[in-house]
Amino acid sequence: MSSTDSSNQPFEIKVVNRGKTYLCDQGESLLSGMEQKSADCINVGCRGGGCGMCKIRIIKGRFTSKRMSKAHVSPEEAEKGYALACRTFPSENMVIESDHFQIDEAVELGTS
Amino acid sequence: MKKGVMRPGHIQIRVLDMAEALEHYRDLIGLIETHKDSQGRVYLKGWTEVDKFSVVLREADEPGMDFVGYKVLNNQVLEKLEQELIAFGCNVEAIPAGELDGCGRRVRFDSPTGHMFEIYAEKEQTGKWGVSNVNPEAFPRDLKGMKATRFDHCLLYGPNIAGTIQLFTEVLGFDIAEQVLDGEGTRLAGFLTAGMKAHDVAFIEHPELGKFHHSSFFLETWEDVLRAADLISMTDTSLDIGPTRHGLTHGKTIYFFDPSGNRTEVFCGGDYHYPDHEPVTWTADELGKAIFYHDRVLNERFLSAVT
Ligand code: FES
Ligand SMILES: [Fe+2]
Repeated sequence: MSSTDSSNQPFEIKVVNRGKTYLCDQGESLLSGMEQKSADCINVGCRGGGCGMCKIRIIKGRFTSKRMSKAHVSPEEAEKGYALACRTFPSENMVIESDHFQIDEAVELGTS
Repeated sequence: MKKGVMRPGHIQIRVLDMAEALEHYRDLIGLIETHKDSQGRVYLKGWTEVDKFSVVLREADEPGMDFVGYKVLNNQVLEKLEQELIAFGCNVEAIPAGELDGCGRRVRFDSPTGHMFEIYAEKEQTGKWGVSNVNPEAFPRDLKGMKATRFDHCLLYGPNIAGTIQLFTEVLGFDIAEQVLDGEGTRLAGFLTAGMKAHDVAFIEHPELGKFHHSSFFLETWEDVLRAADLISMTDTSLDIGPTRHGLTHGKTIYFFDPSGNRTEVFCGGDYHYPDHEPVTWTADELGKAIFYHDRVLNERFLSAVT
């Protein structure tokens, strides 16, 4: 554990694309921490790592994460810093970018 | 039931963590855990259901629905419909008896919306859980959580619902009980029934293939729906919306999410449908009221959060 974990100070989360910063309590996911502060700078969907609505890109900061849908964050995307805010738990102050959810339009219609 | 399809039989749902999923489906919704198979899939059912299971949970990397299955009257019906599905142009796969423990041969087929469906004729019947079939008591006394009585229906999102609705009505004999039409008369949503219920499956037009909006479980009363809302708060479960009423089907409802982000509904009430009934129509300009009769506005999450 690093020194940042030893106090109960909340972590400062800067959401650059929305120009907002909120304080995320320790032990909360980036998304639930934001909801608790009514900060409204990451879209809220299922809160369970399934729907992808809370997709973000992590620019800076250490974190731990819980299993999340591969349909929304592939291993290659995870390498590049993409994550689901509802499954990401900050370990220090972080800088992130929200609004990375997009619907993949069907390429092919009809029974194949 | 015109073509011999009786009712929804089972749904297989993918979850990210089985232990967490069981806290949701078994301990919170109150389904009965009936079996675990050699692949680690867990089988559950509502206490009033006579078959051995209706919900199968499978741990996977990506939440969503693997397939939903409908029970048909007998094996002759199964064979006849299998041929008709092939003639319709579906990719059809025969799943041998026992692939799901306790279930007979299944016929699996794809659909224009990208969902996988199944029909089957036989499944082990263990009877209602906790009550006898002779001089039955009103209910078993040791039910958990919301005490859901049965798996009722699912709502699926995908492109070309016209194609899948044609498959369900023409080949499987479902009726359109309710629908949403836009100004040009294009169907944006269809609620389909194999029997008298307001819906056994529903489809909403959406650009992505094969998306799962929710599975739904039946409760008896509005009081039960309010108690479900209390339990959602007590367990700090992710709430979507409700308690409220739908305009479509007029069911009284609440929506929430399982720990993997799959949406769940519990509801009571709702309209009924006979084969001679015209479909009930909601117009797209009243879509808010059609979906949420009290709020009369849609929330973005209800439209976009699918697995
Ligand atoms: S809110 Fe659905 S994946 Fe995070
Ligand atoms: Fe529903």
